[in-house]
Amino acid sequence: MNYIRITNHQTIPVSDIPELDYKSFFELNTGFIIDHPERHCVNYFGYHEDNHIKLICCIADDETHEIYVSSCCTAIQSKLQAFTSKLLCFEKFEREIHENFGLDFIDHPWLKPVRYAFNRADKTKTIANYPFFKIEGEELHEVGVGPIHAGVIEPGHFRFICNGEQILHLEIQLGYQHRGIESLFLKKKSILERATLAENIAGDTVVGHTSAFSYLWESLCGYQASRDMHFSRILALEMERMAIHTGDLSAVCTDIAYQLGSSVYGRLRTPLINFMQEWGGNRLSKGLIRPGRDQFPFTSGLAERIKNIFDAFEPDFNEISDELLKLPSVLSRLERTGVVTPADVQEIGAVGMTARMAGINRDIRTSHPYSLYPELNHEPILKHHGDVYSRVLIRRQEVNQSMAYVRDLLNQLPEQTTTNTELGKPKANSFTLSMIEGWRGEICHCAITNEKGDLVLYKIKDPSFHNWLALALSVRNNEISDFPICNKSFNLSYSGHDL
Amino acid sequence: MFDNLKIVFHQGKQFIPDVTTAKVPGIYRGRPIISGVQVNEAELQGLCPANAIATKPVSIDLGKCTFCGECALRFPEKITFTTDYKISTNERERLIIKEGDEKPVEVNPETVRREIHQVFGRSLKLRQVSAGGDNSCEWELNAAINVQFDMGRFGIEFVASPRHADGIVITGPITENMAEPLRIAYDAVPDPKIIVLVGTDAISGGLFADSPAIDRGFLDQYPVDLYIPGNPAHPLTIINGLLDLTRKKELIRLIHPV
Repeated sequence: MNYIRITNHQTIPVSDIPELDYKSFFELNTGFIIDHPERHCVNYFGYHEDNHIKLICCIADDETHEIYVSSCCTAIQSKLQAFTSKLLCFEKFEREIHENFGLDFIDHPWLKPVRYAFNRADKTKTIANYPFFKIEGEELHEVGVGPIHAGVIEPGHFRFICNGEQILHLEIQLGYQHRGIESLFLKKKSILERATLAENIAGDTVVGHTSAFSYLWESLCGYQASRDMHFSRILALEMERMAIHTGDLSAVCTDIAYQLGSSVYGRLRTPLINFMQEWGGNRLSKGLIRPGRDQFPFTSGLAERIKNIFDAFEPDFNEISDELLKLPSVLSRLERTGVVTPADVQEIGAVGMTARMAGINRDIRTSHPYSLYPELNHEPILKHHGDVYSRVLIRRQEVNQSMAYVRDLLNQLPEQTTTNTELGKPKANSFTLSMIEGWRGEICHCAITNEKGDLVLYKIKDPSFHNWLALALSVRNNEISDFPICNKSFNLSYSGHDL
Repeated sequence: MFDNLKIVFHQGKQFIPDVTTAKVPGIYRGRPIISGVQVNEAELQGLCPANAIATKPVSIDLGKCTFCGECALRFPEKITFTTDYKISTNERERLIIKEGDEKPVEVNPETVRREIHQVFGRSLKLRQVSAGGDNSCEWELNAAINVQFDMGRFGIEFVASPRHADGIVITGPITENMAEPLRIAYDAVPDPKIIVLVGTDAISGGLFADSPAIDRGFLDQYPVDLYIPGNPAHPLTIINGLLDLTRKKELIRLIHPV
């Protein structure tokens, strides 16, 4: 076989990943996805090995619950046929490889820089001279927004080409947030340093990224997490999902000038994140999750607190949501605004909520189940219109769903069995892949160790990496004044993308 | 209409009446206290992921600390984090908590520039610039203006244009790619203007201090008026810091006498 099948959170020797010549590598991986909507690329990256570049491609199959991993070695100055010439979903992965290593991809439609990484191959390209797509015409004008936006949010540049009020095209240029996190993962050696780095990948997905790192690291060290650790992580993950969805509903209300919704959702988020502080000392759950440890054991007292918080939260949340979704002035702003068609979502390989809002069942909790999710019998919530309304509905329903899961979990508090031992050294010459369904979608971390068990590669993929393109497509033919609600309904991460 | 009124009624009173005395719930990690107990100092220092701990005598630099609390978990007899969230100051060295130090971290009114109180004492409009922040401090800055913390009641607000602002609030370690936009935004703010750093990343670079992807040259050129530590900074830390800087607490005491 010219690829290896692994499951989520599994560690394998690097040498078990078959190495192909580029032509077979190309045919294998594009062949996996063409005519197979149940498969998508979860990670495709390169790294320096001796005097060449090794490419590793990981394709997830949602039906067999496996990930197909294959690799290819190529010389530094290679010109390669782009996967993107057949499948658009590889677009950004190939741009990233091109940016970092200078490999040329033939027939790639736009080999533009992704994030202007400090260690990029071509330093003459700088963030100030990004090659934007242009359309000439007397009727058209361009609108540039950012990198600093009107609100208190992260930086990124949006370039609109408009015909009057109507958007013809949007190009999103990122990279302003690049902090060199992947390199720091190799540079910083202690587990604690790496865990705190994982917490700072995206401050709104602390639990998602730190769990992905923790499961990966435990797998690399051959450590089995105990039930109470799984319990804490899943509980925190679902609480994070609830808190962010609630906050984002507030943001959508702000952008359609529904002040009551904005205030009520805004204040409803507070008890959820304050609970995380009561539990772990930080409103965004920083410091809560560590590999091999259960830092803040979940007590029956905390369980009572959550129950009380939910009892107060639920009626108020449902009341405002019911009101929001029946007001004609609200619905007229949400329905048929910012549509991404299922075909487009499939083509660009969008993940998580962004896939589910267009009827595509992509959810790591069921497709590559881990931890306690099999016990929760998770059923992804699907919507079919791909508009702002679908995304708002998903958020509303996922809050209720996560609340039910948390209540379910609380019925069976686990015994505290974690002994908080120090994890040993990671296995030598190994490869691990770890996926977590964060609130935005699938988070994928990959690591490779050398013969001493030291990290030689740490690769992070935030769901936003796939989904920014969905935002750009969603605003086409919409009025430019609808851009804010389209943006908020996705709420993608800049720092998670720029790393 | 009646539905909306019903919803308003169901919310009850949400605002925190006095943000200077409010208590935070649970095990919040605020200002640490370091006891005189003898411990293995090298081990304690090596533990810190952010190089915030110095030895002989032991001290913690809140400008570098990520508030992960690991030192307090491993050395509970040596280090405890109190729930005191008032840790903003205008003097960088005040963020260094030494062994036996139990006095609060405060803004020193003597060293605050005179025009800050005169010009911004009644109204302060700020332009926020995220320069590599991970969206956690940005989150808490947004929370500071929600209906509960309601910083707007003190005349402190965020504005969209730097031309309307009295200063900038920086979050994040200042990435190389954001260095230029940050400088342009700062130059666009009319004089007199202030600089506020929010979060560990902004104050010292935090975990990213030794990353080649950041460029902190901006901070060498201009004076910083307020440091608000935290990872992320708590809304109450942010609000109390800004109130102290602009000496608004005197006004609050008129409304809420202690």
